[in-house]
Formats: sequence, C-alpha cells, structure tokens
Amino acid sequence: MSDFAQTLITAIAIGSLYALIALGYTMVYGILKFINFAHSDIVVLGAWGSYSLSVRVLPALGYGLKEVPPVWVALMILLLAMIFCGAIGFTIERLAYRPLRRAPRLNVLITAIGVSLLLQNVGQLSFVFGASPQDMPPLLSDRALATFSFGEGESARQLVIGMVDVVIFTTATSLMLIMQYLVFRTKLGVAMRAVSFNTDTAALMGIPVDRVVSFTFVLGSMLAAAAGFLIVMKYPSISQPAHTIWVLLGLKAFVAAVIGGIGNVRGAVLGGFVIAFVEQFGAFYVSSNYRDVYVFTLLILILLVKPSGLLGSTLREKV
Amino acid sequence: MSLLTVNNLSVSYGAIEAIRNCSLRVEQGEIVTLIGGNGAGKSTMLRTISGLLTPKQGTIQFERKEIQGQPPHRIAQSGLVHVPEGRGIFANLTVEENLQLGAYSRNDHAEIRKDRERALELFPRVRERLKQAAGTLSGGEQQMVAIARAMLSRPRLLMLDEPSLGLAPQIVQTIFQVIREINNSGTTILLVEQNAAMALKVAHRAYVIEVGSIEMDGPAAELASSDEVRKAYLGAH
Repeated sequence: MSDFAQTLITAIAIGSLYALIALGYTMVYGILKFINFAHSDIVVLGAWGSYSLSVRVLPALGYGLKEVPPVWVALMILLLAMIFCGAIGFTIERLAYRPLRRAPRLNVLITAIGVSLLLQNVGQLSFVFGASPQDMPPLLSDRALATFSFGEGESARQLVIGMVDVVIFTTATSLMLIMQYLVFRTKLGVAMRAVSFNTDTAALMGIPVDRVVSFTFVLGSMLAAAAGFLIVMKYPSISQPAHTIWVLLGLKAFVAAVIGGIGNVRGAVLGGFVIAFVEQFGAFYVSSNYRDVYVFTLLILILLVKPSGLLGSTLREKV
Repeated sequence: MSLLTVNNLSVSYGAIEAIRNCSLRVEQGEIVTLIGGNGAGKSTMLRTISGLLTPKQGTIQFERKEIQGQPPHRIAQSGLVHVPEGRGIFANLTVEENLQLGAYSRNDHAEIRKDRERALELFPRVRERLKQAAGTLSGGEQQMVAIARAMLSRPRLLMLDEPSLGLAPQIVQTIFQVIREINNSGTTILLVEQNAAMALKVAHRAYVIEVGSIEMDGPAAELASSDEVRKAYLGAH
C-alpha cells in the first residue's frame, strides 16, 4: 500500500514535468507543423541556467552554497531562468526558423536538429556550462511535509510526502493552468489556435502571424525552463549539457505529446502523466532496468490503436 | 480616384504565369465581379490583392496607397477584407470565436458589439450556432459565418471568393441577397464567381478573365447580354 502510494507521488511529480516539456513540443507542432528538436535543449538550458544563476546570485546575496536561502530566492531564480530561456527561444525562432517559413517541412526539421546540436555543443564550452557534471546548490529544503506509517514490526513502511515533489507538482500545475487560460480564454489564444488551423486565413483576419509564432516559442521555452529548474530541484546532480540523459528526457516528453495527440494542449498534459505512470510503476513493480522500454512500448501500442493519439482528432475540412 | 486600382499586375507560381498584365479598378460603393472559368486566375488575383501572394510586377493601390508587398495582416487591418475560397472557417474554433477573430485588430468594444448584432441579423441561422465548433456546420452555414466574420472587420472593400461554391441553390439565393444588402448599406464589394449568371445579376460592373488575362469588361448588364459571355459562361447556345 505505502509502496504504491509512494510510487504514485513520484509519478505525479515526474508526470507534471513531462507535461510541461510536452506542451512546448505540442504548441510548436500545432502552429508550425514541425517537431522542434531543440526543445529538449531549452530544458537543459533551464537546468544549467538555474545552476549558473544560483552559484552567482547566492553568494552575491550573502547566502552560502550549502544553506537553503529564503523561498523568494528560489522563485527569483526560476523567473530569471524562464525569462532567459524565453529570450533564447525567441532568438532561435527569429534566426533559424522564420527564414524557413515557406520552405519544405523537412528543411525546418533538419534545421531544428542543427540548432539542437549547436546548443548542446555551445553548452559544453568551458566558458558556458562546461563539460562536467555539477551539483545544484539546495534552493529548497527537501523536508517531509507529511509522513504516514503503515504496518508494524518487520513489515513497517513509511509514506513520505516530500517538499520538492509538492513544489514540482504545484508549480507545474499552476503554469499549466495559466497556459490553459491563455490558450482558451484570451484573444491571443484564439489567434494562436487560428494560426494553428490555417496560417493564411489567420493573416487575412489581420492576425500578425509572425508575432503569434514568436509568442508561442517564448511561451514553450519558458515552460521548458521551468521544467529544467524543477528537475534540478529534484535531482541536484546535473549531468553535463550534452549527456544522453537529457536527450532521453526530451524524447520521452515528445512521446508524451504524441501519445496525447500532437498539437493538442490537453493531450500533452495527459500524455505526460500517462508515460510517467507507466515508467514509474513499471520501474517499481517489474524492473527499473526497462523504464525507458515501457514508455516506448506504450508509444508503439498507442500508435497502432489510435495513431492520432489519445485526444488527437482527425478534423476534416468541408469543401 | 478609385477605391482599388490594380495596374498591369503579373503573378507567377514558379515558372508558370498565373496572371499576365491585368488591370482593374473598383469604385466606391460598387459591386464589381470578376468572372471566368476554372484556373483562369480569379483566386490568384484576390490572393495577390490581399497580400498572400507577391506580384512579379504591377501595382495595387487601395485608398491611394500602394499595398503590393505588404504583409497580409497589415492589408486586412487597413480595411481590405478577403473571404477566401472554401470559406476559410476555423473548424477547430467555435462560431463565436470565429466572429471574434473578424474584429481581431479592433478595440472599440461597444462598436464591435453593434457590428456583431448587425452581422447576426443578416444571418439569423448563425446566431443559433454560436457555441458550436464551426467545423460541424453545413457548407452554407460556414459561408454565412465567413461573411459575418468579415463584416466584423468593418471592411471598406469586401472581397468574396466563390461564395456560392458547392452550395444548394436556395442557399446561394440567400447569400446573394445578403451580398446585395451589405452593398446597399455602403460596403464596396469585389466578387469572384464561377456562377456568372448570379454574379452578373448582382454586380454593377464586371471583368471577364481567361487564362490569366482580362478579356472583357463593362457594365454587368451589358456583358450579360453579349453573345460571347452568354456562350462561354451563361450556357446559352
């Protein structure tokens, strides 16, 4: 019972991270119909950016790197990382993707891979992040918020609800709710959905398509930055920028977007939680060696049964 | 000075020239129709005027300003509104959201509400469908939404591309009646149609376009009674 609940808690926290990243993939796909392979590198940038900021800001504010600063410091670093990544996302779109707006999709896709490699390699330069792993200074105290005890004697187990998991879940959920509001309740959101349906017709409505696309990239990159920040809260040893662990993380978030129905905002969130559950429960109850296998097997199964994804629709235009 | 003047316009898709040296003008308050067969270049003309295509040569003046080469959203904001062929409805949005987009670049909320009311009076059926996803509407209803949406942009020139395409005769009648009403209330219209009979009935002046160049022009009634037009476009023998 407690094992189950503990796994559940982890799965919810990890799921909200996958969901945050998957949103970026799905929004860009929805609007420009290409997979932005550089998106996972924005997550890396968010993680490493948070680290770089912390090791500079904490001493400047008079806090040591081993002690936990007040909450507002963590919040500030999160915000700065989001702004930084938002700016990078904006720049990437402006310089790499916008000139290819009328080019075949394949060209854009290859460019995205190029941008991804560029970010990975620039990140490894010694004056950027370097090529060795680092330890994130603690910004939050990972104390237990609640502890439940089960059973007695030999089989006694404890269920711990940790601070970091709660912070991950609440931060990610709030960001996703803000996103949801933006996309479904504001004029800009209507414009985004219009552009995703048909760029030309959207322009005929007087919608500045390029600005909507830029905004989408900024939004997606900010969510990715938040995901990067939250990841290093939970796993403070940060792998080097080009480590395959990041590639795999991005790949799984992409799988989440596909499983949910790529282009569908709610689908990305659902997909994120689904793969986290499959991964965490599979790892706990079957074998943790195959944690990636479960995710990709699920992808294959879903693609066989419902190729458009769980919430993906096959909308046909009437002629 | 005309509201819209197109001068020696040429447009190509790669090596293929779709429009060659075409000139036309639309005066304030008119309904002008551009008729011609499939692939004659009618849609290309509208898509170039609204900025979706860039001309190879020639000029387009709207309200005395040259607009060729401007991005389409800028042109739309200046009051030249294009309802594209196939209605250009956002099937994934509700009818209400589609209408909202018509007023995208406006901020005068009180006036928008009035225009919305007026547009819904033109098409009472649209009012019953406001909450529905636009993709679930019939073809005729979608066309109505497209025109109602365009009216929310307060067009000074409304360009309609094949509004009768694929619609039942009765709905075609309704649509053309509304086109006349819109024009009566002061909006200038440039209408592209394959249904030449209907178009010539509603328009003041007409242009006939064939394989990329304008072959005839004149008052609609005059063209409707010319032998050439009757043979080629009105099915007379």
